Amino acid sequence: MGMTIAEKILARTSGSSSVSPGQIVDAFPDLVMSHTATWRSVDVMERVGATKLHDPDRIAIVLDHIAPAKTEKHAADQQRSREFARKYGIRKFYDVDAGIAHLVLMEAGHVAPGDLIVGTDSHCTIYGSLGALGTGIGYTEVASVWLTGKLWMKVPRTTRIDLSGRFGPGVYAKDLMLHLIGRLGADGCTYESVEFYGAPMSEMSVSERMTMTNLAMEMGVKCAFTPPDAKTEAYLAERLDGRAYAGIAADADAVFSRTVDVDLAALDPMVACPSQVDNVRAVGEVAGTRLDQVFLGSCANAKYEDLAVAARILDGKTIDPGVRFIITPGSRRIMLEAMRTGVLQTLIESGGTLTNPGCGACAGDGGVMADGEVSLSTANRNFLGRMGSRESRIYLSSPATAAASALTGVISDPREIV
Amino acid sequence: MNKLIEGRVFKFGDNINSDIIIPGRYLIHIDPDTLAAHAFEVLGDDYPERLRGFDILAAGRNFGCGSAREQAATALIGLGFRAVVAVSFARTFYRNAINAGLPIAECPALVEAVSEGDAVSIDLEAGAARAGDAVYEFPRVPGSVRRILEAGGLAAYLKAHHRE
Ligand code: SF4
Repeated sequence: MGMTIAEKILARTSGSSSVSPGQIVDAFPDLVMSHTATWRSVDVMERVGATKLHDPDRIAIVLDHIAPAKTEKHAADQQRSREFARKYGIRKFYDVDAGIAHLVLMEAGHVAPGDLIVGTDSHCTIYGSLGALGTGIGYTEVASVWLTGKLWMKVPRTTRIDLSGRFGPGVYAKDLMLHLIGRLGADGCTYESVEFYGAPMSEMSVSERMTMTNLAMEMGVKCAFTPPDAKTEAYLAERLDGRAYAGIAADADAVFSRTVDVDLAALDPMVACPSQVDNVRAVGEVAGTRLDQVFLGSCANAKYEDLAVAARILDGKTIDPGVRFIITPGSRRIMLEAMRTGVLQTLIESGGTLTNPGCGACAGDGGVMADGEVSLSTANRNFLGRMGSRESRIYLSSPATAAASALTGVISDPREIV
Repeated sequence: MNKLIEGRVFKFGDNINSDIIIPGRYLIHIDPDTLAAHAFEVLGDDYPERLRGFDILAAGRNFGCGSAREQAATALIGLGFRAVVAVSFARTFYRNAINAGLPIAECPALVEAVSEGDAVSIDLEAGAARAGDAVYEFPRVPGSVRRILEAGGLAAYLKAHHRE
């Protein structure tokens, strides 16, 4: 019987010829990522009394949340992570200058089609944009993988999502995902893998695919894939540094648990309303909502392409004086590229406040919201209190909708601005 | 780990996410008591105190969704919960609970039947929960994974079994 992408990856990494949904396997991940949570895994390792790592080259550490350190406690925790990396010779170590772990690892060529990657972050699903199975685990489990090289994994069922049509102007991958999350629900794909297919996929940029596999997490997925193709290969060619990879595709007779169809042409720009990601409305239904802050950031939508989309809308214009517009590039490389091309200049001239690359306001680090304030964010979560006061409210949108709304000071349809 | 858990139930609805269970700003802590002091505080001033004195948490669909933060399970332990029963769990919470040594069961019928304060007993060995005269069955955690739970969590399991 044919296998889906997730099944193939779990079969390979557990040394099985085939696996099927529901089966529990011991898998050996190709990479285990930990971010700001690293010191907690170090703590577990010390409590266990262990001193030997299974394979330091399968470990990546990126200090991204609350970075640079904001309190002495953060500083001490980061110091502990740094010392651990030095002591054990972790070469894939990235300090507070690098940016958001997910983007940094992909940019650095540590993610390839067919890889199994686990990490201390639910949005590890983003690695599926390059054909890798990425999934989140806790810090104790990270320590366990450091020591033993393996972890138990349940083989998920796979939902197939078939796309057709073309995005209308002002509509992006973020809108597609908000639509899907609203339609299927926050638990619509719990413990499942998702694979995206259809004619529009070949036109979808790698950056858009990252947004898709990142946001898929908000339907409860274990992992999500945009199957690798020529675009993936072009992205990897610049980054993998000659490292060979096998490539991955589902078998023609793979078994999907269901198929969901989406016509891109029928989509409007979408907004997730407070305080659940599946509370989704077309932008027109909430247009006019007064905003105190617009956040252009996060692993979902602070890639170069995202910043460039916002800059095109804001070029030569000035944002509403009542709005704080916070721009947090996803990584150092993204920030450099946006400097070179003038995108940052445009965004800052429009009235934006630039912060250092990293998670920033998405994780409540800087850009914290006061009681009664309303924020529109390009991130992936709008949970109660996530960006500050429990009396503040968060809406989520694409970078285009965010930029259009920064201009007007109220939630606005980007199609009416462009 | 105790295989028979008895006590009073506190009940939550659907989609309780891990940002609600323990807000991100407290993730610099890993100790159960400190985390418990801030658990669920976004729900209002009467939290988390309102949750003290209960033993079993019953919740609706998709409990623990969102962030992979392991402290969501640790905070519940700090609050004194000895088991969580839900209609369904988000996968990261499911793993984190096992790794923290917090027993969990997916048992929609029980959740539907109970109200706050009800006495419930959960037999992990038998895969059955009891409330009043009614008995509700639930799927047991798979065997290889149950060993982690029985050791009291993954760190304890590693300490007992990991050899370098
Ligand atoms: S940017 Fe936000 S969602 Fe992404 S890893 Fe950082 S905190 Fe998590």
